[in-house]
Amino acid sequence: MKVLVPIKRVVDYNVKVRVSADGSGVDTQGVKMSMNPFDEIAVEEGIRLRESGAAKEVVVVTIGAQAAQDVLRTAMAMGADRAILVKTDETLEPRAVANALKAIIERENPGIVSMGKQAIDDDMNATGQILAAKLGWPQATFASKVTINGERAEVTREIDGGSATYGVPLPAIITADLRLNEPRYASLPNIMKARKKPLETLELSSLGVDTASRLTTVSVAEPAERQAGVMLNSVAELVEKLKTEAKVI
Amino acid sequence: MTALVLLEIENGTVRQASRSAITAASAFGPVDVLVLGAGAEIAARLPGVTRVRHAESLSDAVAEPAAALLAEIASDYTHIVSAASAVGKNILPRLAGLLDVQPIPDVVAIKDAETFVRPIYAGNALATIRSSDSIKILTVRGANFDAVANEGGSAAIEAVSLSSASNVPAVDLISVNLSTSERPELESARVVISGGKGLKDAENFKLLEPVADKLGAAIGASRAAVDSGFAANELQVGQTGKIVAPELYIAVGLSGAIQHLAGMKDSRVIVAINLDPEAPIFRVADYGLVADLFTVLPELEHAL
Repeated sequence: MKVLVPIKRVVDYNVKVRVSADGSGVDTQGVKMSMNPFDEIAVEEGIRLRESGAAKEVVVVTIGAQAAQDVLRTAMAMGADRAILVKTDETLEPRAVANALKAIIERENPGIVSMGKQAIDDDMNATGQILAAKLGWPQATFASKVTINGERAEVTREIDGGSATYGVPLPAIITADLRLNEPRYASLPNIMKARKKPLETLELSSLGVDTASRLTTVSVAEPAERQAGVMLNSVAELVEKLKTEAKVI
Repeated sequence: MTALVLLEIENGTVRQASRSAITAASAFGPVDVLVLGAGAEIAARLPGVTRVRHAESLSDAVAEPAAALLAEIASDYTHIVSAASAVGKNILPRLAGLLDVQPIPDVVAIKDAETFVRPIYAGNALATIRSSDSIKILTVRGANFDAVANEGGSAAIEAVSLSSASNVPAVDLISVNLSTSERPELESARVVISGGKGLKDAENFKLLEPVADKLGAAIGASRAAVDSGFAANELQVGQTGKIVAPELYIAVGLSGAIQHLAGMKDSRVIVAINLDPEAPIFRVADYGLVADLFTVLPELEHAL
């Protein structure tokens, strides 16, 4: 069985982004970029499935500009076997990404698609579900544990108030929650080896799929700034303020 | 224009976030609701609901048949809405995939029938977006819309069922493991007290409980506290956990990472208690106390 892992290059999670002066988006020029943290977890899960013998090959794919190949190299340094870069300079919505991934999946025939539950830039949490629907596959979203039993997977999902375990026929889409695993670091020798692993580049247009946008960004704004607060010296003062000034207790 | 709200019913009551979704959906016109499993009569009493569509044999815990049913009835509606909950985020994007629509998650404000505001980059920017889809599929943040009351309406109930189940993947729900809590639900609590890594271990994390009891507060946690095993996963507040906006949010021994602030910075009053005066949490706090939480928490319990 093959595991396909779609990954995304996003603004690093430690960067506090700024809204651009013209209100059209956020400034990403010169900002540190890295692999979406949830995708690192999805890559790690793919590699663990291969290490456990449940999978034979781990293929990573990303859709983006030429620069996005750096996250593919990172994934291969972690242990993915090969990579596919679907090149485009446009920013795609989850629906469009799902259409492109569907074309790749039909070509690669994976038994499992392991992907992050959401990207930390658009915070959509939608691509995996849309893709599963378009393929007619089951989806196991927000996964915190995955066990493969032949033709089925047993997946524990994080839900409001706790967790729930599902039996899912394969092939399936699994989206990783934070608690699925702890992604490994790529060692220097593995980073060197990853440079020699195969990286195929395709043009998005060659897939012949609908990637049009359905959403138009009217504007992007900074959230309202909070008023500067005050520092207090004692618990008594705090309780007093909460009672008489803020009137919340 | 008619809107449909996918309702979540838990322990015989409609979840507050679903009742907020009804308020949001009423901006588009009359509101129908869909109930999966038991609880149609409870839903029929919600004010502002025209019609309850009831699929008794389905469950909101399994997305595949739920999304398939929604797709069958979607053409009756211009907008399909749910709370931005684990259930809503699981089912609605799948429905969007079936209908070839781009969903609009985590809506915090509705400008008009096709224009919505949603946070991006962990809440560090607010995007106003316009959708050109003929059916708009959105999840809304409960904290940003007032919830309708539990009683006051009398909607008609109409049974619906999935007519074509043949191409729906067969997923089984094997087991559910819910943590039992007497406290108010985190997302709808008026007061939330959250602990971070500063509490040092799971035993100390319990120091929040007496204060929470005095305030009738829900207990939350930072990701660091959850990852370190001090608190259960579902208590996590932040970009990847729950989004809360209570009247009062008390952050104890947590630094205030971007990811955490995304989940609580719309709270009305924020109190930070931290030993480190440089902690980023103080930048969003209305009231800050630089002090040792191990002395502050018992004092606070006494003073309340």
